[in-house]
Amino acid sequence: MAPISIPRKPLKLIDRVSAINWNKLEDDKDLEVWDRLTGNFWLPEKVPVSNDIPSWQAMSEEEHTLTMRVFTGLTLLDTIQGTVGAVSLIPDALTPHEEAVYTNIAFMESVHAKSYSSIFSTLCSSEQIDAAFAWSEENEYLQKKAQIVLDYYEGDSPLKRKVASTLLESFLFYSGFYLPMYFSSHAKLTNTADVIRLIIRDEAVHGYYIGYKYQKGLELVGGEKREELREYTYDLLNELYDNEVEYTESLYDGVGLTEDVEKFLRYNGNKALMNLGYPALFPAEICDVNPAIIASLSPNADENHDFFSGSGSSYVMGKAEETDDEDWDF
Amino acid sequence: MSDPTIQSGTSTILAEREQSPAVPATSPAVVTVGHAATATATAERHAGAIVYFSSASENTARFVANCRLDELGIASYRIPLRPGDEPLAVREPYVLIVPTYGGGVVSKAVPPQVKRFLNDPDNRAWIRGVIASGNTNFGEAYAAAGRIVSAKCKVPLLFTFELMGTPGDVRKTRDGLARFFADNRQADDR
Repeated sequence: MAPISIPRKPLKLIDRVSAINWNKLEDDKDLEVWDRLTGNFWLPEKVPVSNDIPSWQAMSEEEHTLTMRVFTGLTLLDTIQGTVGAVSLIPDALTPHEEAVYTNIAFMESVHAKSYSSIFSTLCSSEQIDAAFAWSEENEYLQKKAQIVLDYYEGDSPLKRKVASTLLESFLFYSGFYLPMYFSSHAKLTNTADVIRLIIRDEAVHGYYIGYKYQKGLELVGGEKREELREYTYDLLNELYDNEVEYTESLYDGVGLTEDVEKFLRYNGNKALMNLGYPALFPAEICDVNPAIIASLSPNADENHDFFSGSGSSYVMGKAEETDDEDWDF
Repeated sequence: MSDPTIQSGTSTILAEREQSPAVPATSPAVVTVGHAATATATAERHAGAIVYFSSASENTARFVANCRLDELGIASYRIPLRPGDEPLAVREPYVLIVPTYGGGVVSKAVPPQVKRFLNDPDNRAWIRGVIASGNTNFGEAYAAAGRIVSAKCKVPLLFTFELMGTPGDVRKTRDGLARFFADNRQADDR
């Protein structure tokens, strides 16, 4: 099978370029998100992944294979998003600053893709690496998700492109992100998990921003078109979800984690919809993500902050946090 | 009872509140003369109030709309987005609903507009609790705005939710706020 990570049709470029003036903003979100993204900039070399070598060596061969397949799958998605996805959004941008933000997103996706190679070169043999990349070319579910998304990137609907892009950023990565969070909760590959957490943080800003721009675009179309796009979004999520379930089974059945991963998929599917401004689809009862995974993702997302459910019998007082604005010291 | 215009935050007040979580430190009945008429009148008119901030993404605004708080007699006030807008003044007990900013940077978590609102001591005197949104993707910074406001204003962090909230989050907040304000009123009446 031919590698899919090459666009089959040339992408169009923007028709007209004017010098970008950051002192004249049309949408404040552009600068806000640019600042967030540049403020969050990182490189994988800053994380001491080599400290995970003893942990890696203590893991089973099955765990090694699973890890490498998961990371190769993530590499493919990051490659698509870096070289096709984010770039394909540029000609649709409503402001020049939006174009600039997409170039940042595209670059960071390439950093993400490279960070998996950096993890591989630290932990694995070249035979293992080659085998994992060969697997990624042959896994039909991974290929299918790449196909579905690429089709929209090459299509002629700017808004559908943003939906596909947001679903990639906020949903399609999570069958893969689950594994390092799971390992980290079992004190395995904790430095590798730190790299993945940096990626997860970036994807949140990307999904938020592209989803926001989608909603701005929706404001410009009529009610009928809006309804069509709403239906399209839920249909595409369902199509991708069904494929993700198969993909998840192909990866995680062997280690018995499929059910746990699927909860995480649905939880993130809901968040992807919210980034697009739509209500959650999957009911809470089937999105009850393993608390160890949530804690691995965010140590503060615990039940202590649910005063309403009565789980806390007294006030939960916040710890003093650092703030930087002088006017904030009352 | 302490003066409502001063949230002293001493350990004594903290200890009292920890023992009886539903009792606010200040009650509308003891406001200074100048404010008494308005504050008492609004307190009677509303079962409670929330104050929220929502950026152009409208996530928090959608969450608040989905809670349908007007049906419960709970008033909603929105903190203005632009620096040039007329500042919001609230003179009745309220719960603040605040999104977390900063993309993972804790020091930037509270939106500047919310800081500005809370920097008015008269606004700050009436805060009774805080609800914060965020995204667990931001790790330790998840819903950090709620923890910061809770610590600074010495009020409980009542609930956290992600983005625009799920139907479950909306249900919990709606029911929770109704109970919270009912308990507060009972405490005020005593």
